[in-house]
Amino acid sequence: MVDKSLELFDCGHRACGGCGPAMLARLMLKGTGDDVIVVASTGCMEVFSTPYPETAWKVPWIHSLFENAAAVASGVEASLKHNNRTEKVVCICGDGATFDIGMLCISGAFERGHDITYICYDNEAYMNTGIQRSGATPYDASTTTSPPGKMSMGNSLPKKDLPQILNAHGASYVATASVAYPMDVMKKVEKAVNTPGACYLQVHTPCSTGWGFDGAKTIEIGKQAIECGLWVNYEMENGEFVKAKKVRRVPVDGYLKAQKRFRHLFRPKPVTEEIAKIQAIADANAAKYGIDIELNE
Amino acid sequence: MLQIMEGSHAVAEAAKLCRPEVVSAYPITPQTHIVERLADFVADGELDAEYICVESELSALSVCLGSSAAGSRVYSATSSQGLMLMAEVVFNVAGMRQPIIMSIANRALGAPLSIWNDQQDSISLRDAGWFQLYGEDVQEMTDQHFIAYKAAEQHDVLLPGFVCFDGFILSHTYEPVDIPTQEEIDAFLPPYVPYNKLDAKAPISMGMYATPDYYMEFRYETDQALQRAGDAISAAGKEFGEMFGRDYSGHTESYRMDDADVAFVALGSICGTVKDAIDEMRADGIKAGLVKIRTFRPFPSKELAKALAGVSKVAVLEKNISLGSTMKGAVGPEVKDAVTGTAIDVYSYVIGLGGRDIRKKDIRGIANLAEKGVGNMFYGLRTEVL
Repeated sequence: MVDKSLELFDCGHRACGGCGPAMLARLMLKGTGDDVIVVASTGCMEVFSTPYPETAWKVPWIHSLFENAAAVASGVEASLKHNNRTEKVVCICGDGATFDIGMLCISGAFERGHDITYICYDNEAYMNTGIQRSGATPYDASTTTSPPGKMSMGNSLPKKDLPQILNAHGASYVATASVAYPMDVMKKVEKAVNTPGACYLQVHTPCSTGWGFDGAKTIEIGKQAIECGLWVNYEMENGEFVKAKKVRRVPVDGYLKAQKRFRHLFRPKPVTEEIAKIQAIADANAAKYGIDIELNE
Repeated sequence: MLQIMEGSHAVAEAAKLCRPEVVSAYPITPQTHIVERLADFVADGELDAEYICVESELSALSVCLGSSAAGSRVYSATSSQGLMLMAEVVFNVAGMRQPIIMSIANRALGAPLSIWNDQQDSISLRDAGWFQLYGEDVQEMTDQHFIAYKAAEQHDVLLPGFVCFDGFILSHTYEPVDIPTQEEIDAFLPPYVPYNKLDAKAPISMGMYATPDYYMEFRYETDQALQRAGDAISAAGKEFGEMFGRDYSGHTESYRMDDADVAFVALGSICGTVKDAIDEMRADGIKAGLVKIRTFRPFPSKELAKALAGVSKVAVLEKNISLGSTMKGAVGPEVKDAVTGTAIDVYSYVIGLGGRDIRKKDIRGIANLAEKGVGNMFYGLRTEVL
């Protein structure tokens, strides 16, 4: 067990108030402890935590490029292995760096099975550059490159199923989590770094700026995503589904209405057929992962 | 003891003798024989290194960066398109001051696709912050690896370096070569001592971003370090000469320059052909000479100016094309800059692109053009495009 009282992500960083990724950085290091080397991609977290000559990281930290964190981590791990060193190697990268531009390096690292934990802070768009869509952006979400208009209802593509892709690479541990459930995040990080081989953790990190909600409601929004089934917390070990967090599911409307990125679905009047499509995504998630608590449970 | 060995295998022997802890590379013609031989060494237990087979050159150099940042000596090799794919990492490694050594088996860039030799790949990355050494023959390119590691790892340098040699012409040619023993190289090249590294016992942040208040100073300091790399290469080349009898203290090497009127400037294997052509021209009364550039980055302007003093014409033989530029070649303007303020005329001649053969008569033809003051042109084109 690591000492969870250690604060290894320091105060004074430049994240927005209520930043989900900043919460994850703190929780992640409570899961890893201080015997760790962190590899970051270019993105919000890199920028808000390391403006030279200041850093929020009280553990060794390296950033190279947008797309190559998994390869840099592979190299760090190889060096540690060669020298019998004990540090865990953890990547912390945004969804753009993970779902899109970093896929090549991630695929290689997971195929090779380096003893690394790759954590994606998934805030569902390129926030650092001003809220552009990524492969992680949910269906119909408004971003600056998927704007709604006369011919558009927002992002036209569903969220890419990256956990399944990495599971198919033979990852020893693949899990999803949400900063709305901090104990679960810490537990899964600790499990991942102590599982040999390449592990993947995808953490829902609501972004008040990019999604359009009050920064005081980050946890509330995160919980709503889980409660409606649009985000599912689950674990897979050695290719097999293990378990998912069960919920008494509510309709997706409340979660959507709480965020400006879905406002076009309700104004000037509700676009019921689009909302129904999003409800269908939640229903499919529920069926796939078996998250519905039955009445007799 | 001289052995007959393929250039690539000699490079692999050199890399092995430098004891890298991590080797990561992606196969590309004409670099493949190097990484295949290193894989054999690891498989046979002759080299105690982590050999990381990656899915692309982007990852190859990124893996090396991670290992280097964690404190290991690392090695990679690439060529042409591979170097271009890793270009973003190439710049990054220099900015992050990691002393990675990478062999470049020089090859043309597409389109059109060409697997054959020119020097477009490494010369295109002249501004990346890596020092660049060019070998003329298998012995020189082999020795340059030892010198490169020694220079790169000096704490007042801490910069990466390319060791470049012409693809196929050198990489796939068998020549007699003296491979030092492990004991000899251990005496010349001590274990790598990082200036700093990723270490949980002493945490640092590496690769932070810099605002306009700081960015320029990082670039200034990298440039200063690259200038110091020149001194470190020279010092290591001198020490190598004292230990092994082959002196590489000069960034340039002159051939029959004492009374030369027309001088060639060139990099790499072409210098052998040029020397033979010079001997023939000399026999015919033409006072020609050669200044070979061994270190292209940092550019040895002072040494070059000294070597060229006294000539009237300089013909720079360019196995690259700086498309859209006035002189055509990328090396020419730097040579011209080195002799600014003198009466020396400098011309570039783009030759041998994409593996086009360069013959002694071509060298002589270029000397004639330089004498007439005609230059900054392609030489040896098929006539139907003219």
